[in-house]
Amino acid sequence: MDFAPSFALVLPELLLSFSGLVLLLVAAWGGDKAGRQIAIAASAALFVAGLLIVPGLHFGTEGPESLAFGGLFKVDSFALFAKALIYLAAIAALMIAPAFFASPSAGTERAMRAEYPVLILFSSVGMGLMVSASDFMSLYLGLELTSLTSYVLAAILRRDTRSGEAGLKYFVLGALASGILLYGMSLLYGFTGGTGFAAVRAGLTGEMGTGALFGVVFVLSGLAFKISAVPFHMWTPDVYEGAPTPVTAFFSTAPKVAAVVLTARVAFEVFGGQVAAWQQIVMFMALASIIFGALGAIGQENLKRLLAYSSINNIGFILLGLAVANTQGASAMLIYLFIYVAMSIGSFAALLMLRAEDGSLYETFADIRGLSVTRPAIAWALLIFMFSLAGIPPLLGFYSKFVVFQATIEAGLVAFGAIAIAASVIGAFYYIKFVKVMFFDEPAGVVTGKSGPAHWVLLGLAALIVSPLGYFLTPSLAALADKAAASLFLAV
Amino acid sequence: MIQAIAFYFFAAIVVASAVMVIWSRNPVHSVLWLILAFFNAAGLMVLLGAEFIAMLLVIVYVGAVAVLFLFVVMMLDIDFAAMRAGFSRNAPLGLAIAGILLAELLLAVGAYNAGGLTLGTPDGTAVQAADATNIEALGALLYGRYIVLFEIAGIILLVAMIGAIVLTFQPPKPGARARQDVGKQISRRPEEATVMKSPPVGQGVEL
Repeated sequence: MDFAPSFALVLPELLLSFSGLVLLLVAAWGGDKAGRQIAIAASAALFVAGLLIVPGLHFGTEGPESLAFGGLFKVDSFALFAKALIYLAAIAALMIAPAFFASPSAGTERAMRAEYPVLILFSSVGMGLMVSASDFMSLYLGLELTSLTSYVLAAILRRDTRSGEAGLKYFVLGALASGILLYGMSLLYGFTGGTGFAAVRAGLTGEMGTGALFGVVFVLSGLAFKISAVPFHMWTPDVYEGAPTPVTAFFSTAPKVAAVVLTARVAFEVFGGQVAAWQQIVMFMALASIIFGALGAIGQENLKRLLAYSSINNIGFILLGLAVANTQGASAMLIYLFIYVAMSIGSFAALLMLRAEDGSLYETFADIRGLSVTRPAIAWALLIFMFSLAGIPPLLGFYSKFVVFQATIEAGLVAFGAIAIAASVIGAFYYIKFVKVMFFDEPAGVVTGKSGPAHWVLLGLAALIVSPLGYFLTPSLAALADKAAASLFLAV
Repeated sequence: MIQAIAFYFFAAIVVASAVMVIWSRNPVHSVLWLILAFFNAAGLMVLLGAEFIAMLLVIVYVGAVAVLFLFVVMMLDIDFAAMRAGFSRNAPLGLAIAGILLAELLLAVGAYNAGGLTLGTPDGTAVQAADATNIEALGALLYGRYIVLFEIAGIILLVAMIGAIVLTFQPPKPGARARQDVGKQISRRPEEATVMKSPPVGQGVEL
């Protein structure tokens, strides 16, 4: 078998794996002192990998020439769009890390582990494989590579009990989800006789038997676990709270993108002939996530927990785009993902900039009282992100919700759209609580600490994208998303 | 005929030793019974013509996993009387799980009897090479068609290794314990290490 064209298609993954291996050696010899340099090198590798996918993203890749390794991978525009987002999020997670690990919040360790950037690199490889998987085996391997690095990243502050707890919880529940997913995949394999997406799709025509239906449900459940959709969301708040903040920022962006895109691909390419079978499941998960995400966040005092519920809520809207089950819905989903990543990175970068006098991080509502007086720039940036997450009009968060609702309503799912809109009003409560606490409460304590240029750059960029100026981006973003969604439906 | 005899022989021992795994009171005996079960399962695999899986069972399960179990069981100080104490309390849960397993078995038998299930390759992919032993067939798939997945699995194992080291490795504190210097140990001569003393009777030795 001639693999040369295939290698050309997975060049970004090859580059990332290779730089991961080299940086691992650097980490082994240089120790944690070299952590910062390794992070810079890893960001550079991710950036170059991002550049490699630009031509494919721009001109669009689809059809047979996007298949690699005899159909194990499918590097089409849809995968490339997701990869671009994943690499951006991974670079952000690397940029915000060194300052956090040097702060007293990192416990006694006080230095970034040199393996942190290496793990992020391997995680990016895994996510790249996930989004371009076109076979259940490659899907599972990509997913496992991503998950395994995530478990380690969550527990990387090993002297911190909360971090350890987060890692263990994530590991146990993630392993359970993997088991469920594998069981579903084995059922589908048994009933269709193939592991390739095309083969399973061919085997799933006509009336679906109970066994195959079980397979569909199990696979969707396993994937829902990875994207933390209700009712498989229970790990999210604990893991997000316990994991170190840069890792939480990473979790809420890149792996989410990868898992959502993977879910969409499985839904359309594998179960595309059985839309009725999964549409109601996804619709239920979408609405439940929106409602639970909104209600669960209300009582939270810890900002990271709150952002965890916010991510569950947002996943609901993204799944709503998926549940529409047409090109417009998929495109809306991708647009929402992009804007969600920008808002998430921005919020977490802002959180990481709030420090007490001794340099430890602020994490609760009580800490950010009166932030508009003490750190006005950060307060205004957070205001932009929170209003945007709530979907308040001049900001880009409104546009993302708008495209999803538009797709939902044009597909005739008016009732579901109405429920989602009503629930998003509930969600607005806690986003606005942020603003109320920051702008109208008496200042509490001193918020100091120098923030490095990396944080300011990220915060500024994210705020710029989310601000009304971001609407200049929307035509090209929509064009890219449409192209990506179209390549997904080419198989249909 | 001989196959049937061998099959029933192996199968009976597998079932019997599996029962004994649960029945024996001594956990070390349980592990030994488990090893017997693995061996006979390997025999069943040979009967099926899957000699590679049979070898894997013996090498991996008997050679590595079961021995590991044995070590773990021997090192753990488990009070089995205390473990059995909660039997009546946990019995409903156990019964429920047993019920689920029974239902699954019935479902499986029902599905099998319903027929019409063609396990195989409707699209013609991954057809097994006809006249190859199954090690050759597996190898051809693993290192040919699926080589990239094999390599990814390698990366996953590497990440597992990195993770284990990142989460558990404690860098030695400077000066806490002298490092072993192999060169110094080897170059040590008997004259430097030993001394001859001839103490007078009734007196100790000053070292």
